[in-house]
Amino acid sequence: MEETLKIIVLVKHVPDTQFDRHLNGEGYTTDRGESILSELDEYALEAALQLAEARGGGKAGNQVIALSMGPSGAVNAVKKSLQMGATEGVHLTDDALPGSDAAATSLALAAAIRHLGAGAPVDLVLTGMASTDGETSLVPAQLAERLGLPQVTFASSLEVDGGRLTARRDADTYSETVEASLPAVVSVTDQINEPRYPNFKGIIAAKRKSITTLSLSDIGVDPSQVGHAGSWTTVTSAEERPPRTAGTIITDEGDAGIKLVDFLAAQKLL
Amino acid sequence: MANVLIFIDNPGAALKKSSLELLTLGRSLGETAVAVNGDLGSGVSAAFADYGVSSVYRPSVQDLDDYLVAAKAAYLAAAVQAAGATTVLLDNSPEGKEIAARLGIRLSAGVITDVVAVDQDGTAHKSVLAGSYTTAAKTTTPVSVLTVKANNVAPEPAAGPSAPETTTIDVPADSTSAAARITSREQKVASGRPDLTDARIVVAGGRGLDGDFGPVEQLADALGAAVGASRAATDAGWISHDAQVGQTGKTVSPQLYISAGISGAIQQKAGMQTAKVIVAVNKDAESPVFEIADFGIIGDLFDVLPQATEEIKKRKG
Repeated sequence: MEETLKIIVLVKHVPDTQFDRHLNGEGYTTDRGESILSELDEYALEAALQLAEARGGGKAGNQVIALSMGPSGAVNAVKKSLQMGATEGVHLTDDALPGSDAAATSLALAAAIRHLGAGAPVDLVLTGMASTDGETSLVPAQLAERLGLPQVTFASSLEVDGGRLTARRDADTYSETVEASLPAVVSVTDQINEPRYPNFKGIIAAKRKSITTLSLSDIGVDPSQVGHAGSWTTVTSAEERPPRTAGTIITDEGDAGIKLVDFLAAQKLL
Repeated sequence: MANVLIFIDNPGAALKKSSLELLTLGRSLGETAVAVNGDLGSGVSAAFADYGVSSVYRPSVQDLDDYLVAAKAAYLAAAVQAAGATTVLLDNSPEGKEIAARLGIRLSAGVITDVVAVDQDGTAHKSVLAGSYTTAAKTTTPVSVLTVKANNVAPEPAAGPSAPETTTIDVPADSTSAAARITSREQKVASGRPDLTDARIVVAGGRGLDGDFGPVEQLADALGAAVGASRAATDAGWISHDAQVGQTGKTVSPQLYISAGISGAIQQKAGMQTAKVIVAVNKDAESPVFEIADFGIIGDLFDVLPQATEEIKKRKG
C-alpha cells in the first residue's frame, strides 16, 4: 500500500460511569470531577492505530492525531491516547467553550479540524459510537454536515483503500455495507476491535510526544459562537429523579414463580 | 402554511404507532404537514387525513434510501422551507437523530433528542444521564428540530378529517455528494418478538444464565415480551449484541422489566432504571439489582422462571 493516512480521532474525557453523575451550576452542565477517557473512544483510537500500522505506522508518515476539546482535565484523554500510540495530541481549550451544545461543539471541532488540515489534508475523522455522558449522539453527524463530508456512523468494521472507505453497519433488523470517498467522518462501535492497553514502552514514548494547545483565536472562532451564548438549545430546568427504592424481596421456597405471577397480576401486567 | 413538519420515512402499508404519536403531538402544537420518503399507499394517505394533516410532501427522487442520512436531511431541509415550518418532529431512532443533526446545521436550528413531551411554548422534556435527571430544554433558534421517543403520546385522530394536498419537493442535486452510499443490505431473520426499544415488557438475562437463554426466552414469549441481556451475556456470545441493555447498549423504559441472573451493576442500571416496574431474580442476595427492584426473588432462575412461565400459560388458558 502506497498511501499514508492522516487521521484525527476525537477523544473525550467523561465522568466515570462507575460513579453517580450530577448536573451542576449555570446551564445544568455535567460535573466532570472524576473524569476518564471515554471507554467508547478507545475503539476509535484503536481503529485509527490499526489503519496507520497497516501502512507502516508513524515512521512511514502516517499521523494519528488525538483531539480533545474541554477544560484542563481533557488533556488526560489526550495523554492516554498518546500512551496507546497516537502520534500527536491536540487539546482545544478556551474559557468560552463550557456549556456548548452539540451545534456549538461541532462548530468548534470543525474549525479545529480545518486548522489541523491546513498543511496536509485530513483523510479521516474517527469518533466513538457515543459519548457516555451527553448521549445525544449528534456531534459526529453535525461535524460531517459542517465539513461537507459523508458520515458513516456505527461502523463495526472499517477498511480504507485508494481514497475510499468500506464499512459494515449492523442494525437490529439488517446489516449493510456502505462506501464513501475520503475524507469522511466515521464513528465506530465497541464491536470493531479490542482496544490495546498502553504498555511500558508506550507510556515512556508518550512522555516525548508533544501536546499542542489550541484556543478559539488559534482556530478563528469567535467566543460568541460557542458556549451558552453560541448554543442553539438551552436547558431551562433540571430535576434529579428520586432514587428507586427497594420493594418486596422474597426468598424462593419452591413457589416463587407462582408468587412472581401473582405480583404481575396484582400490577395488571399480565 | 403549516408550522409543524413531521418526517415519516418509508411509512409502508400502514403507519406505525410511533408515527401516529408524532401526528398527534404535532397537531397539539399547530397545523401539521408531513414529509414522506418512499411509497405512499392509500391506507397511509387516509390516515394522514384522519389525523388532520394539511399537506403532504414527497421527494422528487426515489433513491434517498441508497444513501446514509445526508440525502434525507437535504430533502427534509427543502421541505421545511416549502412548508414554512417552525417545528420539525422526527422519530428517535439512531437514523432519526442523525437526520435531525444534519438538518439542524442546514437550517441553523437547535436540535433536542429523546423528547418525551412538548409544551405549547415549545419547551421539550427529556431525561438525561441514564434517567437520573429529567430536564426541560428549549431551542433559541427560529426553527426547532425535535426527535421524540415512542410510547409517550396516545394516538388520537383529529375531530374532523382533512383533505391534504400532495406537493413534490425538489431534492437539491448536490444532496448525495456528501453522503456514504449503501452498497448491500441483508435483512436479519426476524425473531417474531417485539422491538426491544419499544417493547411494553422486557425479560433480560445475564451472567447467571450460564449460556442458556432458554428460560428467559420462554418467559418472554409467554408474556409477549422482548428479550434483553446484560453486557456480560452479549460479550460471552450467548445472545446477539443487539439485545444488550445498558450504558453501551440500548436504553429501555418498558412498563415491566424482568431481570434474571443480572447483578445490576451501574452500567446495566443505566439502561433500565426508568422502567415502570422492575422484577429481579438472582441467587445472590447481595446483588445491587435488589436495591431498585419492586419485586425481588432470591432464588435459582432455572427454577423460578420455568415455574412462572407455566403459571402464566395456565392463567392465560
